[in-house]
Amino acid sequence: MTTLILGSGGAGGVWHALFDFADYGQLLALVRNSIAAGAILGIVGGLVSSLVMMRDLPFAVHGISELSFAGASVALLVGINVVAGSLVGSVLAAVLIGALGARARSRNSVIGVVMPFGLGVGVLALSLYQGRAANKFGLLTGQIVAVDTPQLAWLAGTAVVVVLGLLVIWRPLLFASTDPELAAARGVPVALLSPVFMLLLGLTVAISVQVIGALLVLSVVCTPAAAALRVTASPRAVPLLSMAFGFVSVVGGILLALGSSVPISPYVTTIAFLIYLLCGGIGRWRAARSGRPSSCSRQRRATTRCAAPPPAQATARLSRRAPSRQR
Amino acid sequence: MAGRPAGRSNRDIGYIQQQRRLDARTPLRARDVVRQGLDGHRWGIARPGRVPWGRVRAALAAVDATNHADVPVGLLSGGEQQRVRVAQAIVADPALLLCDEPLLSLDVSSQQTIAGLVDRRRREHGTAVLFVTHEINPILPYVDRILYLVDGRFRLGTPAEVLTSETLSELYRSPVEVIRRDGLVLVAGLPAPADAHGTRWHDDGLRAEPLVS
Repeated sequence: MTTLILGSGGAGGVWHALFDFADYGQLLALVRNSIAAGAILGIVGGLVSSLVMMRDLPFAVHGISELSFAGASVALLVGINVVAGSLVGSVLAAVLIGALGARARSRNSVIGVVMPFGLGVGVLALSLYQGRAANKFGLLTGQIVAVDTPQLAWLAGTAVVVVLGLLVIWRPLLFASTDPELAAARGVPVALLSPVFMLLLGLTVAISVQVIGALLVLSVVCTPAAAALRVTASPRAVPLLSMAFGFVSVVGGILLALGSSVPISPYVTTIAFLIYLLCGGIGRWRAARSGRPSSCSRQRRATTRCAAPPPAQATARLSRRAPSRQR
Repeated sequence: MAGRPAGRSNRDIGYIQQQRRLDARTPLRARDVVRQGLDGHRWGIARPGRVPWGRVRAALAAVDATNHADVPVGLLSGGEQQRVRVAQAIVADPALLLCDEPLLSLDVSSQQTIAGLVDRRRREHGTAVLFVTHEINPILPYVDRILYLVDGRFRLGTPAEVLTSETLSELYRSPVEVIRRDGLVLVAGLPAPADAHGTRWHDDGLRAEPLVS
């Protein structure tokens, strides 16, 4: 079995660079660690992504991943463990974002300020670094052969911590995400759950940066759940589907990238995006059949009608209530 | 409150808050939202088969929302969502139901429906209800006592005692007319003499905190 050739000449050359399955068997044995890492990442990322979507945190994920990249680059420059560096970077970022911005608006501005700074630190560290260029590039766009056994152990250990942590706080976190006031009134420690979740999110991003690279973390920690949400609203089905989607994108991406000379991330992101498109299509088709407005069109209506008024309404209400508080 | 000192949380109290639209993509069906009122505060995940769906169904039936059980909650209308919230508040069988402006931004018929559902709960289960609202008329038929608050001053009494032009003018310290017609009450502020004392928001005249028990 050699190359699958479609077209000829230049196109054939590009195709060859993208898909070349010669010696696939031997390659597979070499990257067993990477595939294991990809499987773990896909599942954990899928699980976390359902909460990221519920809590409206995709931008925070992106910010955390840039700071994770900064941590890893600095670690690479000073010659300490890169995984540890990226862990420190992302956990710091997650805690900072969690602590500074409880509200979406202030949170986003904190992220917008911190993210380019982190990226700048990372770029500085990389340009000072004298070692292999592949190491530098890998932190941004992912690397496939870079996962050695101790690294895999780190990754698996972190993943276990994240999954166990999420299982413990799952129900109250879900409650606090939909109805924080009510959850607090029912005794959910809302103020505690948010930083705990941000910490777990930081850990997840740190392991994602190892495999898929800082720039493309969102395709593992956002896209799977976004796709799942298009086809189901069951709180049990969303995380399960999302984990399946994450697994398929990352492992599928690694398997395809093996027969090529380009990084794994384009394959992972493309598979994730295709799954999203497919789910979007299914969602639309089902909505058209059932006659209920699809969540997409409904959302557009909801945002035009409701997104603007609430802040004004809320302040008006607060100022009205103020006098009665004097009692 | 409900046999315990006042604090930040109490599971014997049901709480219905101001209508706040849930995002269309919220991955919860109506029955999942109701279920949160029962076990949403528990740690861990629910084991399959151990979820008390029977009680959830009963709560949805009590607010005539059985048809919505499997609909993603973000796709329900504002009034339908609020109905689901009433079910969520009563599913744990509270001794006291606190309703904080639950009629806000609902249309007239939804307001009547929600008020009627809260009253039904009160009559059938002896649940005490404290209802804070600016919308007097939808709940007036069910009210036992009103605590009418204006700028820290208050009157407590039956609707007939409190909702009079005299009482409210005294409370607002400016002329207020209470107009009654066909069981409806309109509280209207008259053009006040130039008085730096009163702030403008008094003039809406709709501030009422009826106490139903």
